[in-house]
Amino acid sequence: MTDALLELQDLSVAYGGRRGETRVVRGVSFALRAGEAMGIVGESGCGKSTVALTIVRYLGRGGRIAGGRILFEGRDLATLDAAALRDLRGRRVAMVYQDPMASLNPVMTVGRQLIEVPMIHDGAGRRAARARALAMLEEVKLADPEAVMERYPHQLSGGQQQRIVIAMALIAEPALLIMDEPTTGLDVTVEAAVLELVRDLRRRHHSAILFISHNLGTVAGVCDRIGVMYRGELVEDGPVRRIFADPRHPYTRGLLDCLPTVGRDKRQAPLVPIAGQLEPPWQRAPGCGFAARCPHVEAGRCTTAPIPLAPFASEHRVACVRAGELPAYARRRADGAAVTAVRVATPVVATEHLGKVYVPRRRRLGRRRWPVRALNDVEVSAARRQTLAIVGESGCGKSTLAKVLAGIETATEGRVALDGVEVGRLGIDRRGRQLKRKLQMVFQNPESTLNPSHTVGYAIGRALKRLRGGATRDIDAAVARLLETVKLAPDMAARVPRQLSGGEKQRVAIARALASDPDVVVADEPVSALDVSVQAAIINLLTELQASHGTTLVFISHDLSVVRYLADHVAVMYLGSVLEHGPVERVFTPPYHPYTEALLAAVPVPDPERAGPRVVLEGTIPRAREVPRGCPFATRCPRKVGAICDDTPPPVQRLEGEHRIACHIPAPELAALQPGLVEPSRHGP
Amino acid sequence: MATVDVLTVSPPAASRRRAPRWWRAARAIRHSTTASIGVAIVLVWVALALLAPLLAPYAPNSPDLLALAHTTPSRAHWLGTDHLGRDLVSRILWGARPVLIIAPLAVLGATILGSLLGLAAGYKRGWIDLIVTRACDIVLSFPVIILYMIILAHFGSSAWNIIAVLTLTKAPIIARIVRGLTLQLREREYVAAAKMRGESSLYIMLVEILPNARGPLIVDMCLRTGYNIIIIGVLGFLGIGLPPPDPDWGGMVKDTYGMMMVWPHMALFPCAAISSLVVGFNLLAVGLRELGWRD
Repeated sequence: MTDALLELQDLSVAYGGRRGETRVVRGVSFALRAGEAMGIVGESGCGKSTVALTIVRYLGRGGRIAGGRILFEGRDLATLDAAALRDLRGRRVAMVYQDPMASLNPVMTVGRQLIEVPMIHDGAGRRAARARALAMLEEVKLADPEAVMERYPHQLSGGQQQRIVIAMALIAEPALLIMDEPTTGLDVTVEAAVLELVRDLRRRHHSAILFISHNLGTVAGVCDRIGVMYRGELVEDGPVRRIFADPRHPYTRGLLDCLPTVGRDKRQAPLVPIAGQLEPPWQRAPGCGFAARCPHVEAGRCTTAPIPLAPFASEHRVACVRAGELPAYARRRADGAAVTAVRVATPVVATEHLGKVYVPRRRRLGRRRWPVRALNDVEVSAARRQTLAIVGESGCGKSTLAKVLAGIETATEGRVALDGVEVGRLGIDRRGRQLKRKLQMVFQNPESTLNPSHTVGYAIGRALKRLRGGATRDIDAAVARLLETVKLAPDMAARVPRQLSGGEKQRVAIARALASDPDVVVADEPVSALDVSVQAAIINLLTELQASHGTTLVFISHDLSVVRYLADHVAVMYLGSVLEHGPVERVFTPPYHPYTEALLAAVPVPDPERAGPRVVLEGTIPRAREVPRGCPFATRCPRKVGAICDDTPPPVQRLEGEHRIACHIPAPELAALQPGLVEPSRHGP
Repeated sequence: MATVDVLTVSPPAASRRRAPRWWRAARAIRHSTTASIGVAIVLVWVALALLAPLLAPYAPNSPDLLALAHTTPSRAHWLGTDHLGRDLVSRILWGARPVLIIAPLAVLGATILGSLLGLAAGYKRGWIDLIVTRACDIVLSFPVIILYMIILAHFGSSAWNIIAVLTLTKAPIIARIVRGLTLQLREREYVAAAKMRGESSLYIMLVEILPNARGPLIVDMCLRTGYNIIIIGVLGFLGIGLPPPDPDWGGMVKDTYGMMMVWPHMALFPCAAISSLVVGFNLLAVGLRELGWRD
């Protein structure tokens, strides 16, 4: 390809370590034309970020380019010297990283940091540079650019910071912009706004974009082409529509099959996790890297020689010998028998007027600190054997609610009934053994959920001993049984957490929670730190365990796709209040609360056909101590009707099917205003 | 590679018979040159101290009056003799014994006391935290040498008293370190999980939190041992160390530093012994930190 702006030719990267050199990128070749946007997707450890860092030659210690060329505007970056590279970076190639706070200097105002860029790279004067910075801030849609220039990074929200970083990257009009997971870690509404901005900027600037992401949904909306990476190799690339419509590599298909979307639920389209797990790069058999996990593997053909990335159709390349033989792609579906209507069920956990106010201790010096209202008049209920999902952006109080249910925090107002027993004011140390057994918790972070000093067997055994009692002899057998329940080998009991993968750790955590055979399991974002293929397996495990153990699941999540998939009932929270509560089918169809509508519109859809402009929520969540007097959502609501929203708390409208919406707009009117954002029929039986 | 590095890389899934954890951790030391040198120096001194009765050419306290004419190093006395004609090699070898017993025991005492205080302060917070941190501040702000002189002058100087004094003055530092670590570790989810199953505070502090603080603690214990050796030397030099006539490195310097101009070897060799041992422990600490034992 002659018109390529960037062309990687057989690029290999290796990292040296104690076990010798390990190839983390193996023979990656692709070309990026000027102005084109290419997405690189893959799970953690697939080498996508290493590719990005190699292009700008920012490899970490011990890393080296082991072969191949990186042609950028006709020059080979792999052999460029430091001075030439410095000249290139920032001016011709710019980079946006995942964590904006890490890219901004905390002791300089963002204005100074922005102005520096044109001054250093283009030799612009201070005044000209300032004008350009202001224009750029306007372009990344930051309100009041003059004021923003004077701020320090910590005074801006995450979304604003990421906009500044994007402005900084674009101000020098680079030919290539590399974005490494630019929206990971942002809330879904902020992510939507940043993606919208990237789409918009693409129309006006002619920078080519290399967009690294683990999320097929975000990539689908922004890019023209997609490359899928697995174990350091590019296994498939092609135009975004083609990849989504007719993926030819089994790994790409696997990724799509295990992705929950807002249109899927557990009754219609179960997730299909990818079998097995990612092996470390130093254990590599000859042949296809995916062979060990591939459902289409054929002994001999797949496992003898390396599989090259071969053209399959125009612009579409696949690294699979069987690419042409695979059947046409259809997202896997269930056998059709939909689970019937919601049973009338008794609530196991129910809250009434639940409130939690944190009163900070008074300090002798300094200003008075205001109490923070984390939960306000929360009313939710979880029915036996069903899943209640609590969804909302960070800071909405969903984790506080989980902690109050679990007794790690205690309520300051209202009631929490657990199987009819009032536990709202009972901290965990005051709950008796029977109550403790009834409700257990699965935590968010797989890295901190297990004690690194204890073996898996000890962690589970200790929970058994404390909550069930029984002789030590039986405990080993019980541990083995629990490990089998969560689909881990019994010999895992001897391992320590360091030797487990993230998904395995989370399985152990689930086994530990199940040790007491609880009625209710509160799971606080149990899958949000996991890769999609692992996430699918854990979600399926939770659904199965619920069916077999009859457990009630309270599932805290920020991910609407997962919630849609897993939940029977949903509570949508914002600033400590429940804005909408009801059966999942009703919450995800109009009428919605305007906030639910905004959340749903913001979810990145892994479908290039539907990734048009969407409702984008303006502004940021007010701080918890500045909760508006009226509707908490009033400051950002796109459907605000007037002063009544600011002044009067909205009435709770009770609709049919136990569906509640807290909004001033009458439900029929809301329904008339709102388009259906979710089309379950797309993937339904 | 036949062995598995326990610190950073997880071993393959295949289960196999594995050495005990502490042994694997100890073997990991060879990955750091610095730590290996440190261990070598310390082990050499430990061996010399253990074998002192066999290796020492003379009894440590018996004067060789004939040698007084030529105290400088000679074939008979490799490092020379001191002002009383006692063989320096023998005295240094024997002198390693009390140092290598007192310094680690004092560190152990300080670590136990400091860890308990730090855990209680960091985990319980509130008034316990307030009292412990203030008490630590008071001890740490006191001029230690004067403190040593007062206490040892009052209670008399013996090995046990020195251990007690060192324990008391070093425990606050350990307590601060452990308190800081505890403040972080108490927020970990496994601590919440332990609460969810109704564990006592004591269990959470000792079984859930303390083992995860062991990395930085072990590094600090190595450093602290080195510092204690210096202090034991200082105490000896001030004359409040181990009572004579048994050899004590600090005391040896004290007895002979006045003759530094004439016979520098009498003071310099014991000094060299002190510093080599301190350097050994410091290298070990630095090496362990390199290996990632601080977290």
